Formats: sequence, C-alpha cells, structure tokens
Amino acid sequence: MMKKKRIGLALSLVLAAGTLLGGCGQGDKAGEKKDNFTVAMVTDVGGIDDKSFNQSAWEGLKKFGEDNNMKKGRDGYDYLQSQSDADYATNLNKLVRSDFDLIYGIGFLMTDAVTKIAEQKPKNHFAIVDSVVKKPNVASITFKEHEGSFLVGVVAGLTTKTNKIGFVGGMEIPLIEKFESGFRAGVKAVNPKATVEVQYAGAFDQADKGKAIASSMYASGIDVIYHAAGATGNGVFSEAKDLKTKDPNREIWVIGVDKDQAPEGVVKVGGKTYNVTLTSMVKRVDVAVYDVAKKTKEGQFPGGKVLEYGLPENGVGIAPTQDNIKPEVLKAVNEWKQKIIDGKVKVPTTRDEYKQFEASLK
Amino acid sequence: MGVYEMLQIIVPSAIFFAAPLIFTALGGVFSERSGVVNIGLEGLMVIGAFTSVVFNLTFADRFGEWTPWLALVAAMVVGAIFSLLHAVASITFRADQVVSGVAINFLAIGLSLFLVKKMYGKGQTDQIQIGFDKIDVPILSHIPIIGPLFFSNGYIPSYIAIALAFVVWYILFKTPFGLRLRAVGEHPMAADTMGINVARMRYIAVMISGALGGVGGAVYATIISRDFSHATISGHGFMALAAMIFGKWHPLGAMGAALFFGLAQSLSIVGQTIPFLKNVPTVYLLIAPYVLTILALAGFIGRADAPKALGTPYVKGKR
Repeated sequence: MMKKKRIGLALSLVLAAGTLLGGCGQGDKAGEKKDNFTVAMVTDVGGIDDKSFNQSAWEGLKKFGEDNNMKKGRDGYDYLQSQSDADYATNLNKLVRSDFDLIYGIGFLMTDAVTKIAEQKPKNHFAIVDSVVKKPNVASITFKEHEGSFLVGVVAGLTTKTNKIGFVGGMEIPLIEKFESGFRAGVKAVNPKATVEVQYAGAFDQADKGKAIASSMYASGIDVIYHAAGATGNGVFSEAKDLKTKDPNREIWVIGVDKDQAPEGVVKVGGKTYNVTLTSMVKRVDVAVYDVAKKTKEGQFPGGKVLEYGLPENGVGIAPTQDNIKPEVLKAVNEWKQKIIDGKVKVPTTRDEYKQFEASLK
Repeated sequence: MGVYEMLQIIVPSAIFFAAPLIFTALGGVFSERSGVVNIGLEGLMVIGAFTSVVFNLTFADRFGEWTPWLALVAAMVVGAIFSLLHAVASITFRADQVVSGVAINFLAIGLSLFLVKKMYGKGQTDQIQIGFDKIDVPILSHIPIIGPLFFSNGYIPSYIAIALAFVVWYILFKTPFGLRLRAVGEHPMAADTMGINVARMRYIAVMISGALGGVGGAVYATIISRDFSHATISGHGFMALAAMIFGKWHPLGAMGAALFFGLAQSLSIVGQTIPFLKNVPTVYLLIAPYVLTILALAGFIGRADAPKALGTPYVKGKR
C-alpha cells in the first residue's frame, strides 16, 4: 500500500512539474528589433488541417511567405493553434510578444479575443477573418458568401429534374442566412418553378442530424441539396452516397461548401466510381489572407476597414472540379457571374432582401 | 404530405439514429449491472469510431465488401482492450469510478486525434469508400404498411442492434452467467461467499461494455459520419448513458429508450416540413427531443433504481 502511494505521489509530482515547465518553454524577447516583415495567424479549434477556413488561411499565408522568400517560424510566417476558446487571447498575446507585424485571428469565434487584444496593443496590426472588429488597428475580412451561393444556386436550378431543391444550414445565424438567401435567389433566377426547402440542423458538428435531414429531403423528391453546415454536412454526403449505392441510376446531388468537396462525394458501386458532389461554393480565405498581407507589407494596412471579398476579387466562387456540371449550365453560371460583377444583379443577403429580389423577377 | 409518407421518413431515420446508441447502452448495462459505473462510454465510442475508420481506410482494398464488418470486429477488440484501463483503475485499484470514466473520455479523444495526426498528417481522416449499404430486407419489405416502414432502406447493423438487445436480455436474466453478474452488482459480498470471483466478473462486464461501446462508435462512424475527426462523436456516449438509465438498467428498456431518442430526433427534423408545425420556430423543434427526455425521466418512468453496489469498489473481507 505504502509503495503504491509513493509511486502515485512521484507521478503527480512529475506531472505537476511538467505543466509548470511547459509554461516557460518560450522565453520572450520583446522589443528585439528586426527589419524583415513577419506575419502570423491564430487558428480557432479547427487547426490548420480542418479542410476548411483555417487550412485555407494557412495556405494563403504559406503562399505569401514562399512568394516573399520568408521562412516559417518567428522571423517569417507562423501560426498558433488554439485547443479551446480560452486559448485565443493567450495565443494572440504570444504572437504580439514575438513581434509579428501582422496577426490574423481566423474565424468569427475569435471576435472578442481580437477586440480585447487590439485594445491593449494599439500599435500592433491585426486582422480578423469572417467577422467585423471596429478598431483602427484591425482589418476585418468578410466574404460575399451570398454571391458564391447565388452561382451554385444557378447550377442547382438548372440541374434539378424534380424542381425540388434542398438547403441544409448549420445554425440559424445571419452568416448562414447569407448563404440561404443567395442560394435561393440563384435558383429562382434561372428556374422560377423550382422550390427550395430550407432546414437548419442547429449545429455544425452533428452528422447524424445532417443525415436525417438529407434522408427526409431525398425521400420527398428533392434531388439537389446545398449544405452550409460544416461537419453536419458530412451526414448529407453519407446519405447521398448510400442512396447512390442502392440505386446508381438515381440522380441525386450534394453541393459542397467552403472548399472543393469533390473528394467527399466519391462512391464506388460495383467497380464503377460515381461522384455525388455536383459542385462546391468555395470561399477563398487564402486569397483574402494573401491580399491583406501583401497590402500590409506595402505599407497600406487597411486598419479599421471592413474588406468584403466577393466575385470580382475572386474571394468566392464555384469549385475548380466541374466534371458533373453540364457545359450549358457552366455557360449560364459565367453569364450570371459577369452580371453580378458588373453590378446588374444585386444578390440578396437576408430573407427580406430575398423577398424583394423574388418580387423583382416577376 | 400524408401521415403515412411522413412515417416513412421518420421511422427509418429513427432506427439508424438509434442503432449506435443501442449498442453502447447495452454495453453500459453490462458494466453497471456488475456494479461499475461507466461514464467512459463516450470515450469508448470515440475509440471504436477511430479504429473502424482507420481499419476501413487501410484495408478497404484488401477486403473489399467485407471491410466494414471486419472494421466492426476490430473496433470491438480495441474497445475491449481500451476499457481495461477503466477496469484496472476502478476494480483492482479501487479508484473512483466516475473519475476513471472521465479520464477514459479525455484519453480517448486525445489519443485518437494524436494518432490521426501522426498517421495522416492532418486533423481528420479521409472519407471511407466502403460503408454499409442501405438494404430492403427480402420478403419482409414486401409486407404491406409495415414493410416499407421498418424493413426498407435500413442498415443491417441497425437490425443486429435490436436483435442484440434481446440476446443481452436472455444472457442477463436467463443464464447462470447473467445471474452471477447481477449478483455481483447488487451484493458483491453475498456473491463472494457463494464462490463467485467478484473482480473477475466485473472485469468481464467492463470489457464487454468496452467491446459494445466500440461497436457503437464504429457503427456511427461507418454509417453516419464516414470519417473521423474531433466532432465525430459529440455527446452520443452520454446519450447512450441516458438511454440506459431511462431504460432502468434493463437491456430492452435501454433499447426502447434509444429508439425513443431516435424518434424524437427525427421528429424534430421532419417536423420542420409538417404543415401545421411549420410556423413553430425551428429552435423549439430542435430542443424537443431533450425536453421530452427530461419529461419522460421526471414524470413517466417512475423511480429508476440503480444496482445496489453501483459505484462501490468491493474489498474482500470488509464489512
């Protein structure tokens, strides 16, 4: 018994020491002067390989670093990953002390942390993706998701055979409403007869709900579903693939979101390979991150401004994998894209604006 | 949409949603009937999901159509081994069973994400290519009315889950092994005087719960998410735990509760398309399953009595 206790005590001491020492890992050399431009980012809990905006942001940063002959690390470009909400402010602070010239907070979850740290360190430059922070030393990067969603709406409207289309949203928040409104407008613009069924799962990480919603939608005759629901959307893909496996001749489609989700749609049936991904609405976080880094390096840090990346800036659009889209549909997409860029069509961002848009079509 | 069409959507999705919960809850029944609290079900599901996805991705080319089944077996074995940690801590070392279970949960998600990162160099795995197919059960699916509801567009593991609940009921209540297991959970000292090895019974029970929890996670990952990431298993182990308590530690009760959760869940989803529910704000439909659970727990099932010796380590010769 005594022995066991001693081992336990030793173990807890080692663990406690580990925690304490781990904290002192990086000595900070604040105030050390350097002449080269450095840039870093803090991810939210997803990490730089989340196949979503964190990964995209890091790709943009990496490309910027490589184009400018920078090294990964403290003298060039770097990132810190957050394990939980509590890490955001700490990680931002760490980067501030390492003297980075521009620090990104990736994702709307980091809004509060960026606001706080930007207030405390008014001389540092920050940027936040997917949110707005009204501070003179913060550049806010947002996207016109509605414009990209409009284009995939055009694809859906021209591809559907049943004239029934589905939309699965993660949470009912203004950001996702932009996806919904733009998508519905796109469908209506090219196919007034089509109806769009809208459902929200209430979460971004529950694939089972996504699957159940998709199951009910496909059963009711819907043949194209656009999901803006993160990991909940995995369930939409798995349902579509299961149905495709059961009946390879049935035409059912999923439209992906944020990045090219063609790999998620691959399904093998009896030696033949199918893909249920019709197209994806991609959000080019990398383009935006690159652009802001470039501007800042040139001394034109867009502090206090809200930057909106839409179709003209190549900030949103349809995915490069276009094997499942018919050529005439692709042609229509390009026409609408041009109309939006030229300002002839104003894509709605809310449900109220969508109603006006719908009325204007008649 | 008519009532029958609606049922045709609600029932199949209730069943596929419930299947992983049934497996895991049955595992929980074994462990807790023997007197060991198993909060670690969530972690065991995580390990099962992780194992099955990795197995599937690695061996899909070699085993073809059999891959998902072999992946289930692999998840079962790894789940059982992983639950040994809980068994050793809580039975041999008499640690607090709740704390040990929580440790299992933390360890499982940390370890599996770490391994994913090491193996694939990214935070989540690719999607698996071969899953379980949707099937129409031969003959049974042709029965009018019931056939399309219960036997069409189903997954084989879902039917196995329901059948397993009856098997577990038989084992626990009709075999000597089951009697011993329950005796160990109710009155270990009495069982001990009758010559039953308490520690051995409890080890077996915890390992069975690990195996079933692993299968539950594997079924979830293979049918529903098709990949493994930090969000794959989000609270399903705890729902299984709730189903077990809701079902009064009885295998058939646990199965019924899991099906009830599934039904409530799919009702909340399909409800958004039912005409007279359409004007209800979505959020109320989404919280409905949880509210129903609380109501059912608080009002309808009456007292749920846990096995008497649940949570107390057995010390030989101590009164």
